[in-house]
Amino acid sequence: MDSYAVRKNIIGLVIIVIAIIYIGKLFSIQVLDTSYQLSASNNVLRRITQYPARGLIYDRNGKLMVHNQAAYDIMVTPGRLEPFDTSEFCNILNISEKYLKHKLDSAKNYSEYKPSAVLNLVSSETYAKFQEKLYKFPGFFVQPRTVRKYRCPLAAHTMGYVGEASQALVDTNNYYKPGDYVGISGIEKAYEKELRGIKGAKLYMVDVHNRIKGPYREGRYDKNAVAGKDLTTTIDAELQRYGEKLMKNKIGSIVAIEPSTGEVLSLVSTPDYNPELLVGRKRRRNYPELKSDTLKPLFNRALMAKYPPGSTFKVLTASIALQEDVVYTGTEFSCYGGFYYGSFHVGCHSHKSPVDLIESIQVSCNAYHCNTFLRIFNNKKYETPADAMDQWEKYVKSFGFGQKLNIDLPNELPGLVPSTEYYDKIYQEGRWKPLNIISLAIGQGELGMTPLQMANMTSAIANRGHYYTPHVIKSIEGNQTIAERFKKPHQTMVDSSNLEIVIEGMDLAVNGPAGSGSTARTAAIDGITLCGKTGTAQNPHGEDHSIFIAFAPKENPKIALSVYVENGGYGSRWAAPIAKLMTEKYLNDSISVKWWENYVLDANLIQKRRDEETD
Amino acid sequence: MRRRIDIWSNMDWFTVTLYLLLIIMGWLNIYSAVYNEEHQSIFDFSQRYGKQLIWIVASIVLAAIIMMIDSNFFSFFSYTLYGIILFLLIAVLFFGTEIHGARAWFTFGNIRFQPAEFAKITTALALSKYLSTFNVKLNTYKTYFRVALIIFLPFVLVFIQDAGTALVFLAFLIPLYREGLSSAVLLLGVYIIILFILSFLVDKIFLAAGTILIAMIILWIVHKKFRYVFYAVLIFLASTGLLWLIHEIADLNIPFTYIFIAGFIFASIFYFILAYWYKISRVFLLFVFVLFSIGFTNSVDYVFNNFLKSHQQTRIMQIMGLEENPQGAGYNVNQSKIAIGSGGLTGKGYLKGTQTKFDFVPEQSTDFIFSTIGEEWGFIGSFMLIALFVTFLLRLIYLAERQRSPFSRIYGYGVLSVFLVHFAINIGMTIGLVPVIGIPLPFISYGGSSLWAFTIMLFIFLKLDVSRLKELR
Repeated sequence: MDSYAVRKNIIGLVIIVIAIIYIGKLFSIQVLDTSYQLSASNNVLRRITQYPARGLIYDRNGKLMVHNQAAYDIMVTPGRLEPFDTSEFCNILNISEKYLKHKLDSAKNYSEYKPSAVLNLVSSETYAKFQEKLYKFPGFFVQPRTVRKYRCPLAAHTMGYVGEASQALVDTNNYYKPGDYVGISGIEKAYEKELRGIKGAKLYMVDVHNRIKGPYREGRYDKNAVAGKDLTTTIDAELQRYGEKLMKNKIGSIVAIEPSTGEVLSLVSTPDYNPELLVGRKRRRNYPELKSDTLKPLFNRALMAKYPPGSTFKVLTASIALQEDVVYTGTEFSCYGGFYYGSFHVGCHSHKSPVDLIESIQVSCNAYHCNTFLRIFNNKKYETPADAMDQWEKYVKSFGFGQKLNIDLPNELPGLVPSTEYYDKIYQEGRWKPLNIISLAIGQGELGMTPLQMANMTSAIANRGHYYTPHVIKSIEGNQTIAERFKKPHQTMVDSSNLEIVIEGMDLAVNGPAGSGSTARTAAIDGITLCGKTGTAQNPHGEDHSIFIAFAPKENPKIALSVYVENGGYGSRWAAPIAKLMTEKYLNDSISVKWWENYVLDANLIQKRRDEETD
Repeated sequence: MRRRIDIWSNMDWFTVTLYLLLIIMGWLNIYSAVYNEEHQSIFDFSQRYGKQLIWIVASIVLAAIIMMIDSNFFSFFSYTLYGIILFLLIAVLFFGTEIHGARAWFTFGNIRFQPAEFAKITTALALSKYLSTFNVKLNTYKTYFRVALIIFLPFVLVFIQDAGTALVFLAFLIPLYREGLSSAVLLLGVYIIILFILSFLVDKIFLAAGTILIAMIILWIVHKKFRYVFYAVLIFLASTGLLWLIHEIADLNIPFTYIFIAGFIFASIFYFILAYWYKISRVFLLFVFVLFSIGFTNSVDYVFNNFLKSHQQTRIMQIMGLEENPQGAGYNVNQSKIAIGSGGLTGKGYLKGTQTKFDFVPEQSTDFIFSTIGEEWGFIGSFMLIALFVTFLLRLIYLAERQRSPFSRIYGYGVLSVFLVHFAINIGMTIGLVPVIGIPLPFISYGGSSLWAFTIMLFIFLKLDVSRLKELR
């Protein structure tokens, strides 16, 4: 082994050679190459982050809805501050000296050497004035930003808004620095990655007078920003505008979907707010006000409100019964002003009796569906009510209820569909029967559906048995496609032949002749076969909620909607006319009977609610 | 009592002094790099500089403990320790926590432990133990295989966690070289690595031409007769030219690279005949060499394009410095160079580094700590630090050579090569000579885990050195 001892010299030589090479390189960049010399008193490097323009948002027809405007942050690096004329400074920027002092103190507390914002998002005019006098204020500089501007201030909940990144986000995600903007709700949040682009950075040389002298080393070390990608939503701006107009002064929601694709044509939740209120500096002022409003304008009812579906659920009860072969079109039940079974009683309004299946939907008979429900559960093929319940639960869930639909928006709620376990907890296992839960048949009881889910169910019926996951983005600029999950149809557990029968009922409910007991005649449109179902959800705290689901036209439907109007009374009173108007607007782009439009526009249900609240 | 006096008088205080100097320099520089006016005391434990002091004190305690352990302990338990760490390296893949995208750490409350750091020590120990075993020489396939295994196992496990750190294991080629690894094998290893890198940078045809050129040169060196080479070149040009003519007349569409290679193969066949006649030896070997090189570069290309997923391809391109890491690795180096370059001859002065002060250089207390030194102490300071390291490394060579026991010597070389690789890659990275591979600068970079590992590694050797006159089993 020691014959190799001479190798120690080679190893030593290698070490020395490496050291010499490094020393040489150091000599070259530190001593020979003077372009690196930056002494603290003369030229100083300033790094300015390049914030890319956020992606624009267009409606489904290419109309621009959300874009950007320039704004400027006034930044300070406390370590470079020198005495300056504070009153002139405050004058130009229109702030108080007290505010300035407070801001400078916080900046110093944060860091001597890292920049802090003194004033965020000043307008271009103020920026221009300030920029001229910048040489008087060493230590300050301007950081350009972009903020949102709304060409069409619509669909505030769906579009979402942008705000400063939270501390938690800054800590976990390297991309975001304190003061960066990030989408906080709606599309802005769901598609944050696509919209935000990629930040860049430019290095400038700044002289002792605080003036930018030019790029550092011809921009060799700069990183270019990449602009955000534009998005095209599925929303139809005109339809949305109309929907928001119709729902003004009412509390509730409209959700309209294109059945063949799952694209959301309109998503209305009222009361809503003008998205301009939450842009930039205004947000700090307006957000608390909006948050404390008792009517909750920030709450997106379409995705987050859980309502019992009321009579609209009868379409499902009927569909399930048909699929289970426990009833057929001709099955008749009598209604004695209600459903009576032993000591159980469910009321019903007066209508002709008996009715068959299609008529039961047309006149919305409670007794019929209670009987149907019993038949589903008492089916001999189920050994226990629990087995029947499980199957019923599966049916209902196959229409998209009781789970998140996975729309491409945040904060969606799954709603509630009861199950065997649920009732076992309430009543104890084995101690409940279908009669205990009979109110499910008519959409009351332990059911919680969001308006989105209701519209989705309607879409599934319109398609005769399948639906596409609802989504709000139609396309993304460039090569990226929308998520795969939006392109796959989901099959419900009911055959199209059975749904056709139910659809007949929905057709007659709207278009049946006068005096036939059709509950939704207020929704009829001349020349379009709209199919729908009314619902009236019981509300223990006040007047019942008015509900309506519909799709049109009957063949090759183009639009499926759900309309909820809180405290609206009967479904036919407010929800049905609103659905009619929305449909007509979308399909014909004009309204044939103006009287209906005025009727809806003039109504003010919010005032009623506020009155009730103060009573 | 006598043992302690033995340690005291036999210990190499020179190295210990260098060690302390480096640690203190590191500590002072971390203070500057992370300086926070809110916490101005260097002893402030909420800041990194305060924490580093704790690590330093703990390291000194560790060093003292190591010095009190019997030297035989290390050789006796080499394989055991190696096995334990190997086990931990596997365990961390399942039970470890993920930090910065690498699942390489165990977390116990506030303390983080990275097995990979200690794998360097145990691999050095196991390697030393194996090579110092009686009758083991680096000249049989069996030996080569086992040595490769000892190094390769931890290398692969660490590679899964963090490719950059795994590169340090290549350092063990140095003690192998010292112990008799044939230089041919070493050269071959280096050649393969260069070939690998060049496959990405240079066209295949130039690589083919290059290797043929090298083969010619070797032929000339071996035989010292120029006319052999002359004939070879002539035959090669002739056959390539002929093939090309055929290609043009037949109007085929084969890329020239393949014609070139085909020409080479044909030429070789002719040359074999010549070689047999003139009794020129080694021709076939050279032919295999060239063919292997061409085959290797082509397969690297093929595997890269067809078997690696796109993010793996990107990662390799980034390590090679061929692609910009959007997270800014290239940006880091530029900032680092600006910071160091702006230090000039004498630097801007302690605590006055504007670039590092203004946080322009990312990771400036860990991987890029050298930027602070370069900026604040200038060329003179950087030179001194490098000189300090070189002295340290050369001293370790001296110490390793004076060991009577092969185990200690081999371990010593293991220690110094690990330090060498860290130092070379880290500083090289900050000045832009080496692609950005995130490994710390020993004793200078912030970090408890690495400081302890380096300290333990060094002091095991110093303890072995105390008993240098004894032969260890």
